[in-house]
Order: sequence, then C-alpha cells, then structure tokens
Amino acid sequence: MNDFPVLTTLGVLPFIGALIVAALPRGRELLAKQIALIVSLAMLVLTVAIAFAFEPDAAEPFQFVEKTPWIEQFGISYAVGVDGIALALIAMAVSLAPVVILSGWNDADDNERHRPQTYFALILALLGCIVYVFVATDLFLFYIAFEVMLFPVYFLIGMFGRGQRTYAAVKFLLYSLLGGLLLLAALIGLYVVSAQQLGTGTFDWTLLAGMPIDPDTQKILFAGFFFAFAVKAPMVPLHTWLPDAATSATPATSTLLVGVLDKVATFAMLRLVIPIFPDASEWAAPFVVTLAVISIIYGALVAIGQTDMYRLIAYTSVSHFGFIILGIFAFTEIGGSGSVVYMVAHGLSTAALFIVAGYLVKRRGSSLMPSFGGVQRVAPVLAGFFLFAGLSSLAMPGFASFVGELTVLIGSYQRWPVAAAIAVIGIVLSSLYVLIMYQRVATGPATENVKGMRDVFPRELVAFAPIIALTIAVGVFPRPIFDVINPAIERTYSFLNVDPVEPDVPASDAIEREVTD
Amino acid sequence: MSAATAVRWSEGGSQVISEASGMFGLTWLLIALPLFGAIVLLVGGRRTNSFGPVLATLLVGFSFVLGLVLFFQMLGQPGEERAFNQSLFEWAPIGDFSVDVGFQLDPLSMAFVLLVTFVGGLVHIYSLGYMADDPDKRRFFAYLNLFVASMLLLVLASSYVLVYVGWEGVGLVSYLLIGFWNAKPAYATAAKKAFVMNRVGDIGMSLAIMLMVTTFGTTAFSGVFAGAPEASSGALLALGLLLLLAATGKSAQLPLQAWLGDAMAGPTPVSALIHAATMVTAGVYLIVRSNPIYNLSDGAQLAVVLVGVLTLLFGAFVGTAKDDIKKALAASTMSQIGYMILAAGLGPAGYAFAIVHLLTHGFFKAGLFLGAGSVMHGMDDEVDMRRYGALRKAMPITFITFGAGYLAIIGIPPFSGFFSKDKIIEAALADNIWVGIAAILGAGITAFYMSRVMFLTFFGQKRWADETHPHESPRSMTVPMILLAIGSVVLGAVLVIGGRFVSWLEPVVGPEEEHDFAIPVLAITAIIVAVSLVGVALAYVMYLRRPVLVEAPTGSVLTRAARQDFFQDAFNESLFMRPGQYLTRFLVFFDNRVIDGFVNGSAAAIGGGSARLRRWQTGFVRSYALSMLAGAVLVVGVLVLVRL
Repeated sequence: MNDFPVLTTLGVLPFIGALIVAALPRGRELLAKQIALIVSLAMLVLTVAIAFAFEPDAAEPFQFVEKTPWIEQFGISYAVGVDGIALALIAMAVSLAPVVILSGWNDADDNERHRPQTYFALILALLGCIVYVFVATDLFLFYIAFEVMLFPVYFLIGMFGRGQRTYAAVKFLLYSLLGGLLLLAALIGLYVVSAQQLGTGTFDWTLLAGMPIDPDTQKILFAGFFFAFAVKAPMVPLHTWLPDAATSATPATSTLLVGVLDKVATFAMLRLVIPIFPDASEWAAPFVVTLAVISIIYGALVAIGQTDMYRLIAYTSVSHFGFIILGIFAFTEIGGSGSVVYMVAHGLSTAALFIVAGYLVKRRGSSLMPSFGGVQRVAPVLAGFFLFAGLSSLAMPGFASFVGELTVLIGSYQRWPVAAAIAVIGIVLSSLYVLIMYQRVATGPATENVKGMRDVFPRELVAFAPIIALTIAVGVFPRPIFDVINPAIERTYSFLNVDPVEPDVPASDAIEREVTD
Repeated sequence: MSAATAVRWSEGGSQVISEASGMFGLTWLLIALPLFGAIVLLVGGRRTNSFGPVLATLLVGFSFVLGLVLFFQMLGQPGEERAFNQSLFEWAPIGDFSVDVGFQLDPLSMAFVLLVTFVGGLVHIYSLGYMADDPDKRRFFAYLNLFVASMLLLVLASSYVLVYVGWEGVGLVSYLLIGFWNAKPAYATAAKKAFVMNRVGDIGMSLAIMLMVTTFGTTAFSGVFAGAPEASSGALLALGLLLLLAATGKSAQLPLQAWLGDAMAGPTPVSALIHAATMVTAGVYLIVRSNPIYNLSDGAQLAVVLVGVLTLLFGAFVGTAKDDIKKALAASTMSQIGYMILAAGLGPAGYAFAIVHLLTHGFFKAGLFLGAGSVMHGMDDEVDMRRYGALRKAMPITFITFGAGYLAIIGIPPFSGFFSKDKIIEAALADNIWVGIAAILGAGITAFYMSRVMFLTFFGQKRWADETHPHESPRSMTVPMILLAIGSVVLGAVLVIGGRFVSWLEPVVGPEEEHDFAIPVLAITAIIVAVSLVGVALAYVMYLRRPVLVEAPTGSVLTRAARQDFFQDAFNESLFMRPGQYLTRFLVFFDNRVIDGFVNGSAAAIGGGSARLRRWQTGFVRSYALSMLAGAVLVVGVLVLVRL
C-alpha cells in the first residue's frame, strides 16, 4: 500500500465537483450534469481500484489509513480508513451515484426557482458526506459528516421536491437533529469516559472499541447512540418522517436518502455501537430484536395499505431495515454478514423501485396507483423494469436481496428462533405489497390514464441497466462480498461476550463418521 | 475433493456420490441451455421475435438429448454408483457455513430431467402452433424456457437452499404465465393469488432451511441426511411438517389448494406443463427427496398421508361438478397429486410409486390438457363442456389421444395410470385399511368425473352454436398430443412390470417394503378396476343416456358446494383476506393519525404552537438548524467543563 491518500481523494473529489458545478453560470446546465456524471464515474473507478487493493484477511482493522491530528486539545484527529463493511457500502453507494445522476438528469429542469447546477452540486456534496461517514475512524469526524449530511438532503427535498416538500424537509431535519443531538451528548459522554479510562480523552475508534466502560454508563451512552441510529434507520415508531420525505423528494434524492444514507445508521450499529458498548448491546438485544420484528411486520402491513407508490416504497424500507437490524443483533456471523449484504441489496432494490416509480410518475404526473392501470399494454419494457424492481424488493432468489434476506433469517434463527420465525411472515407480506402494486399499476386493460405513455427511452435504459446487472450479479455470485465482510463481522462480534452458536448435530461430523465406517 | 462420498441414509437408500466427470460434467448444461434461451429472448426483445420461439424450442430439445445421453451413461453404472455431484462455486460462505451452487444427478433427479425436458419440449412444440397468433409469443417462449431452467434447477440442486432457488423460480414463472393475459383483471388476480399462496408455503421452506442450519450446520442433502439419524425427534418432526407445508403450497394440496383452479387462466400449454405435469409435482419431489427425514418421523409421515388422502378426495369431488373443462382437469390434477403425496407419506413402501405415478401422470395429464387446448382451439376458446358434445367426429386425433389419457387416468389396464395408481392403492391398503378405502373411493370418483368430461366433450349431441366450426388442430399441436398419448398407453407397463423403476430408484429411497394381504393382490386389483367401472357406468347413465342441458342445472347442495370448491375462496377471504384488509387499513390510519399525529403534536408543543411551526416551513429552518447545532455545541462544552 503506498501513501497516496486515496480515501481523502475519494471523499474530497465530490466536494470539489460540487463547488465547480455550483459555480457554473446559467446556460451551462448540460455541462453541470456532465461534470456531475464524470465525478461520480471517477469515484466509481477509484472505488474499484480500492476494492482490488483491499486485503480482506489483513490483521489490522482498517486499511488505507490516514491520520492527522486535528483538534488536539480534544483528542480529535482527521482519521480515515476502511474495513470490509465500509468498503462494501461505499461500493454500493458509489455504484448508485452515476445511476442516480443519470436517472435524475432532467429532474431540476422544470424548476422555476432553482437551477440544475444547485441540484447536482447538492447530490455531489451528499456523496462526499456519505463517503466520509463510512471512512471516518474518528468519532468526531463521523459525527460531523453525519450531521452535515442532513443539509444537502434538506435542500434537495425542500428546493427540488414536490407536493408538501417544505413540510417533509423540515420534518426530516427535525427528526435527524433530535437524533443527532442525543448522539452528540452521548459522544461527549463517551469522550469523558475515555478521559477517565485512558488518561486523555479521545475520539479514536481504535482506542474506544473494547474500552472497558462501567455497564450502567454503557447503557446510557448506548441509548443515545441507538436512538440516533434508530431514527435514521428508521425503526418503528420513529419512522414517520420517511414516507413524507420519500413522497416529496425526487426519486434520485429518495434513492440516496433511503438506499444509501440511511445505511449509515445500520453501519454505525456495527461499527460503533457493538464494539464500543458490547455489554449494553447484549443487554438491549432482546428489546432491539423485538423492535426489529415489529418494524418488519408493521412496515410491510402499512405498505400493503398505501395508495401512493413512493409512500409504499418507503414503508417497504421500514420493513427491510427491520431485517437488517434483526441480522445485526443476532450476534451470529451469518446474521451479521447477511445484514451487510442485505444493506447492499436494499440499496439496489430501493434504487430500482424509486427510479422506475420515478419514470412512471414523470410520465403521469402522479404517484398514486389509481392514476395508472394497464401500463404493461402501452409500455411493456417499463412495466418489465417495474416488475424487476418489485421482485428485487420481495427477495426473489437470483436477486441480491434474497442472499441478504435468507442469511439474515438463518443467522437470526440461530440466536432468536421465535423472532426469526415471526420475521419469516414478512416474505408473504412482501409478495403482497409488491404484487398488489404491480397489479394496480401495470396489469389490466390500458386505461385512459396511460394511453400514449412512452416506453423507456435510451437514457432511462442506460441508467437502469446497471442496477439490473448488479442485482443479478450479487444475487448469483455474492461470494466476493462475503469474502470482504466476513473478517470485519467476525472482528465486530469479537467484542461481544455471547456464546457462539453451534449446530446440534454437525453434519460434517456425521459425514466423516460415515466415510470412515 | 475426495473422489466419492458414500452416503448411507437411515433406513433409506444408499448411494455412492462421486464427483461428476466425463459426460456427467455437463450436468450444468442441462439448466444452462434453456436459461440461455430465456436470457436471449428477454434481453434481445423484439429483435428475437422472428427466431426466438424456435430457438427456445431447440434449446429445450438439446437439453432433452443431453439428458437422454446422461441417462444411458447412468444405466451403464452399477446401481449404487449412479449419483454424481457437481459443485460449481461457493455461493455464500460465512464462517463454517456455506452454500454450494452444486448439482446432484442421481436416479431420482434423472427421472425428472427426462420428464421435464421431454414434456417441456413437446409443450414448446405445441405452443408454436397454439400461440402462433399471439402478439407476445416471444415473451411466452422466454418464460417457458425460464420455467424449464428453474424446474431443472429445482430437481438437480444438491442443497435445500438451491432447491429453494428453483422452487421460487418456477413459482415466479407460474405467476408470469398465469397472468400472461393479464389485460383481463381476473387473470392478474389469479396470478397474484397463486404467488401469494405459494409464498405461504414458502414460510415452511424458509423455516425448514433455518432449522436445518441450526441443527446440522448445512443445507446440503449429503450433510442433512447424514446428520438426520442423530437429530432430535422434535427437530425431525418439525422439518417434516415444514417441508410438507412447502409442498402443499407448490402442489396445491390442502390447505393451500385454492390457487390451482384459478391458475387455469394461463394459456393451456402452461396448464399442461406447469400446472399438471411438472411444477405442481415439485412437492412430491421434495418429500421423496427428503425421505431420510420422513423415515425417521412417524408423525410427519402421518401428516403427509392425511394431506394426501384429504386432497385426493377433495379434488375428486370438485372435479365432478366443474363444467369448465380446464377446471375439471385442474381439480383432477389436485386429486392425482393427492395420490402421489399419499404414496410419499407411506415411506419406503410408497416412494417409488409416488414417482411412478408422477411420471405417468405427467404424460397423461399433459396429454389431456393439450387435448383440451386443442378442443378450445377448434371451438373458439369455449371452455364450457356443456357447450361441447359429439366432437369425436370433428377432431378425431384429439379424440383418440384424449381418450388414451382418459383410459390412463381412470386406471383401465393396461394403460399407464392403471399400474401406477394400483400400486399406490395397494400400498395404502397395506398401511391402513381406511386410507386404502379412501384411495379406492377416489379412484371411483376419478372414473366418474373423467368419464363425464369425456362424454360431455366427445359424445352425445352437439351443443355448440351453428357459427362454431370445430376442426382438428395443426400438426404442431397434434404430434405432441400423439407422443404423449403413446406415453399414456405404455409408460406404466414399462416402468412397473418387472419392478424396473423400483430398482432404479432404490439407491435413493431404499428397497420397497413388501406387504402381505389377507386376500390375493389380484383380487384387490379387480376391486379397484370394478369400482372405477362403476364410476364410468354412473357417468354413462347421467351424461350419455340423459340429455345434457346447456345451462347447468341448480343441482343438489353438494353439487353446488363442489362447484364452489367447497367454499375455499369464501373461507380464505373471511378468515385471512378481509381481516387482513381491515388490519392494514387500521394500521395505515394508526400510522398517519396516532404515531405521526403524536409526533407532529409534540413538535408543535415544543416549538410553542403551530404558528411557529408554520414559520419554520417558510425557509427559516436553516437558521433554526444552525441555532440547534450551536446549542448542541454549547451543551457539549458545558458537559465537558463540568465533568473535567
């Protein structure tokens, strides 16, 4: 590994891109879009290079580490690095970036008050924040990125959204700030504890993880961290900002928000909550698992009852986040690795759903399902994409989401059989919300509403094709992802004190006996 | 990798599973050929319209030829050494757990490979004629190819997870094809219903896989079956019941049977291939494949037998009341699969005959459906048998091939169904007299309702309108019908006489259990045939001697109930669908008003009233956010100072 600051490059690149794009004068909209696309593609290339240089089985927790003292009085440093989990999520985020930019190419063209330049600059800035959240190994740097991230989203919804966009943007911001405030308070508390334990206070993950903390203090700090992430994830009952945000935002924003940005929360549960508060995590696990299962079932049931496609997709995500959190708090390797694959898969399936729904809404001017009907008759390819996105959401085997869902269920059953058995009902509910949506929008005779609706045009096709390719690739051959994340998951759970799960009748023993007999 | 792993399953078969080499190294190609076709046709889009259907048909044909070559290779091996494992790659390796994408080709999967590719190939050929004028013909063939690939994956998979992949794959194609003409809203609903009910069954499959990993640490057949004898009886019972739940969904058995009748919305070739010959029998495959688990759990076997018996009677009764030819055949499929499930539940005494009946049924029922399709083709898509009559003159080939299937299904010797059904009933009688009697009764009803179909369609007076001009179907349709009819005639004898299939399957399911009867076996056979003939006679009296009304008479209470599938839909609706709808409606209300209302209310309260809330919404939120951030920093500072 050479000393080239590759992660900083990856993180700063979109910010530079954002500044350039924002500075472009009126009339240069196309150039702005092109620059945004080029920057996102450059990030993708850089990430691919990082992935190839990454050594999954390295001994140290983080690779491509950079560390420079920043605010020395408070033990804050600019420290970045990636483990397998962060790498997988960055790869997912960066793969979606060009897709989102391409699919949202004309999102801001009709906006009377704000320029496309601003739109794409905000998207790039958001991408920069997302990278920093995943690469930060200093908790203060993480917090900064976590909070700053809110503002591009806020403006993306508030300036470029539709309908009750201001209400949705404010709701999103207030929720997030409330969570962020608690996170900040807990972070300070952690800093204070670290000062007591280590002599000097620090925000350095490598020092904080596994640091002995008094159990009661752990519980309090855990609560602060967990609340912030439960809002972001979002878990029932802290989820109601999401449907409003998703309904008002552009599909590109929703994809980044729900598909990528919200993963920060589940990522942080693995990265921060479990290694730093292992005792409290074990203590709270039954509660968290219960909430996760409620989210799975509740989110799916409410999704079934929606009439607005965007709201429906948002609620499916509430359900899916329940699966992810269930997997994380299973404290088994299968559950943990499964949850990370689920995060990647959910990014892909959510992107697929929002983007196709966006194509439909753009044509019809409404996101209400009754405004459609019979799309398959007039735009068969578009309907096919819609079905593909739906199947991805309901975890059809061969699709990425199946890998995540199955492994999460297996892994959580090992530790929490009852919870996992209830969660399985989610597979029936997901088939209902997906197929009901497809039936209402795409099947039946072509209604007056959709007469003359154009099928997908080339730009839309090019934007959507990579999602199909990635979804199938991960679904059929997920092994490279597992190879990268397994060691990181193992390290994460090594901070815990739980009993490892062993099969009752290990089949490998039985086969050996047969062979030797 | 070791060259060969000997696997001896408890009380079951024993086979040496070796690494696939030579021709067997091409096992993957069986699946890859139709999969390739599906991808070309789906991705290629309209460009492949001209050659797509023919390409799809050829690819399935190649798969069949390859399967045939492998079959003869396999015949050259000693019985115990007919199992081959081909591991392609590791799918999800996590710690000690892993799922291999690998195939197991053994006598059981071989039987399915030949059935699926042969019947599948014939249905492709038939569809070239049947779907000739459909604008979406290419898409239809793409789905058919995808189906063949998924079904082959299901039967060739070497682990339960991979079975599940194929299982869902065929379920998806079934959904796509039931709803192929989803411009009709009812068809779209039928497709959704099938998928969702199958997913209910999949709860069983998912839970079984989860339980397997917890119990054995793997879902590979070799590992699970080797570990099974040491697993707790509770785990084995649970596994058996969960796999049975999965099977009831896919095979339309009670209590998840209600989707199959509606599935007849799909084009008739689909009904023949997917909803008669192959996919719906996947549940039988699953149970027979899992024989090392069922052999160890009497409770699970009892449940399998019960499901089988109840469904075979249920389907048979429903079959007597349907006027829609396809729905009558669908009820019959349900009933015949009930026989197979029953046989599978009987353990080593029945496994082989479950599969024999599955194979003969695959031929005669596919033939019957293709015949029904041919009738509809000549009758302007009319499906009501009360509007048929006397078609034997207009459609002689259809009449003869359908007749062969008819004689096979009602078990007239020496047609194929006779051999397979007779053996199942004997095994059932040996197991439990009442189960046996129920199976004999079922045979009688089968003979009745199938004779009714036969008489209403091909005999009696013509009851169709003058502007209808029934005609024989084109060669592309009749040739597959003829081939299937030949199978309906001879396959049973080929498989059963001399115990050929029993010894073929022995390495997988163990030796057949002999059973003793108080009366000679021949007498039992005679009784079964006699009961069937009574059914035929009854139908003759009711539908040939008496005039048939074009409009269905009201009928007795029982007839009306059977016509309504014994109120299965009303039952499901009142017990699950309506309460579910109320629940979701309530939860949507709850979410909007209670949870979100609480949040908004408290936000307003904290913010000092809604007036200020409104002000935030006009763009001042930036300053608010900044002040909040500043406040947070202040809190932090204070905390730090106080603590330090």
